[in-house]
Amino acid sequence: MDLSGFRDPELARGLIDAIHGSDPGRPIKLMEVCGTHTVSIAKNGLRGVMPEWLTLLSGPGCPVCVTANHDIDTAIAISQVPDVIVTTFGDMMKVPGSYSSLTREKSEGRDIRIVYSPLDALELAKREPDKQVVFIAVGFETTVPLIAASIMRAQEAGIENFSIYCSHKTVPAALGALVNDPEVKVDAFILPGHVSTIIGMEPYRFLAEEYHVPGVIAGFEPIDMLQGIWMLVKQLKEGRAEIEIAYMRGVEPQGNPTALAMVEKVFEPVDADWRGIGVIPGTGLALREEYAAWDASKRFDLEIPEPKEIKGCQCGDVLRGIVLPFQCKLFGRGCTPEHPIGPCMVSSEGSCAAYYRYTDYGREEA
Amino acid sequence: MCLAIPARIVELGDIHMASVDIMGVSRTVSIDLCPEAVVGDFVLVHAGFALQIIDEQTANETLDLLKQLPFFAEEAEAVAEGA
Amino acid sequence: MRSDRILLAHGSGGTMMRELIDEVFVTEFHEDALKRLDDAASLPFPGDRIAFSTDTYVVTPQFFPGGDIGRLAICGTVNDVATSGATPLYISVGFILEEGFLVEDLRTILHSMRAMAEEANVHIVTGDTKVVGKGSCDGIFINTAGVGVLAEGVDLSGSYAKPGDKVLLSGSLGDHGIAIVSIREGLEFSTDIETDAAPLNKLVANVLAAAPNTRCFRDPTRGGLASTLNEIADASGVSITVQETSVPVKPQVRGASEMLGYDVFQVANEGKMCAIVPAEEAEAALAAMKASPYGEEAAIVGEVAEGPSGKVYVKTAFGATRIMDMLVGEQLPRIC
Repeated sequence: MDLSGFRDPELARGLIDAIHGSDPGRPIKLMEVCGTHTVSIAKNGLRGVMPEWLTLLSGPGCPVCVTANHDIDTAIAISQVPDVIVTTFGDMMKVPGSYSSLTREKSEGRDIRIVYSPLDALELAKREPDKQVVFIAVGFETTVPLIAASIMRAQEAGIENFSIYCSHKTVPAALGALVNDPEVKVDAFILPGHVSTIIGMEPYRFLAEEYHVPGVIAGFEPIDMLQGIWMLVKQLKEGRAEIEIAYMRGVEPQGNPTALAMVEKVFEPVDADWRGIGVIPGTGLALREEYAAWDASKRFDLEIPEPKEIKGCQCGDVLRGIVLPFQCKLFGRGCTPEHPIGPCMVSSEGSCAAYYRYTDYGREEA
Repeated sequence: MCLAIPARIVELGDIHMASVDIMGVSRTVSIDLCPEAVVGDFVLVHAGFALQIIDEQTANETLDLLKQLPFFAEEAEAVAEGA
Repeated sequence: MRSDRILLAHGSGGTMMRELIDEVFVTEFHEDALKRLDDAASLPFPGDRIAFSTDTYVVTPQFFPGGDIGRLAICGTVNDVATSGATPLYISVGFILEEGFLVEDLRTILHSMRAMAEEANVHIVTGDTKVVGKGSCDGIFINTAGVGVLAEGVDLSGSYAKPGDKVLLSGSLGDHGIAIVSIREGLEFSTDIETDAAPLNKLVANVLAAAPNTRCFRDPTRGGLASTLNEIADASGVSITVQETSVPVKPQVRGASEMLGYDVFQVANEGKMCAIVPAEEAEAALAAMKASPYGEEAAIVGEVAEGPSGKVYVKTAFGATRIMDMLVGEQLPRIC
């Protein structure tokens, strides 16, 4: 599919002008809650072309960054069980838990393998019937249906040596928590494109209706992002608060009902602990009783150490948009992609890493 | 979060699997989440699964729509006047 | 050879080792200097100054689309020597073999080494083999060292880049890294992308003849073009800006990189050369590159500027500017 039109500099200039021309007469803060948006903004240099009255904040949109220490510690504990192969998306490898990381455990001889898809983990389980293959399931609504489908496939094929450690999180209620947080000052949300591919626009409606906070679902090419930003500032200027879709080619208003039905069948909502934010009711997922056989946290007898938080790390404040990455005392001074202290610097889509990698902010003083 | 990229379905296989093409790279992905996909459809692929069928026509319509917006008309006029 | 696998005894210094050397190494390499089986090679040397480089190859899997570890081991060292502006002449080879490694696979690897040495017009003049127990290495590790002769007056360094210089690249980025990852367990996908591993000494010589004031050559291997340019910018105290649209990248490489979440500037190459050339010689250098083997797709991809020192920027297709940062640690596929 030819998407070059969504990178057209000419069209971009028009949209940038339109954004500049929609000055609502007060400072505006837009928050994106999707790590791929964070990277797209940094990679395409969008901050540099925004008007002065407009600030782009990065919210808790990186699933790796919001994974609590306890979950990383548990994944590590699973890898220490004999005859277990831990499989994971590459993103999780370097994230520090309380005492170690999967990369470090691998160097100490644990069998930890990176896969591109949970189906690759399932294939591995078929090939290694004498081993227990555990998939570390992280991610938002985009990834959850894949895991549900993989478990249903495991069930169908009778693959018993496969299980998941579930650390999934869901987005809309977390946005509610942000809006309710008196420290957080956000005028509108750039809503995540591919999460919305699955859930559609309905789950965000409360933001507009109850809190009068507008939201636009945006895609990931530069034109997609600019269109989303323009639609938001236009709403703010006109005093409207609605949920709109800028990413029409990838998002249906009702989402993907097939995927939603599979998620509903396999998972049930639970409370979830977000790193730096705390417990947000109903934003986690657990396997339903019928699927408990695939739950790694029930399959193994694990001893998880008491989690330990990182001193001085402001990832929690960064994730809530209260401080910008380079305003953290550790940013660039002790906390760099080579030697990350907090998760926002570890994950390539973490807001600190994106600032560090693609911009000059905070580097000169460092 | 969530890298998902457009891929074209080249062949449908057994058990809801399909072979897709991403700019000359081919890989097998699951179409569990969009079982209605057929050969020739573009789908958004995330971690080995097709999330959704995407419509090239909608993509083009979005671009056309943006190009018809007032700020473009003004720019076009400005260019015309300049000439 | 009676055994179809490498045994510990093949490294023992006894008759079995002799058998391995005679029937496998000497036969496959077919080099006069090796046939003499002396401990050291004594060789003619046509100049005053040598360029000397070494590298070790541990890639797994050892066989991948378009090549194998042997091809890399020769090309890599030939190219390292060539980057100094020297003409590579002699190569030493050291092997660490894992007990149980297939002799047939070893022959295939040696065969590609010989083919690459012949193409690069270098001689494999001395070698060594050790066999280690099962599990002590991953099949085969190869070290090569290379010696070349430097013509009078040739003095290249990554610290010589000056504002206004042009950055040349000999061809498309990322082929090798994508070819390797396409067959890695758990990530398999299929594409017709093959490793670009190739000897570039001819290309370097041609560019140097056409553009005698070339500041430096670098082959952007591990860490990709991003590491190469950051190192040069750092060493020279300059900044470098690359035009994204000028950089050749095959669509399949772009597709695979998008799928895996890789930054194509950080993906490894084994058959590409980057040159920093003064602006007035850039067109001549480009023409010479394009006329050389493996340089057909060469392009001027960027420019050196005064500062800020050590920074590398990418001017994106979309017209914005971002930093081209170096790879941190291992390149991992990501879904986010």
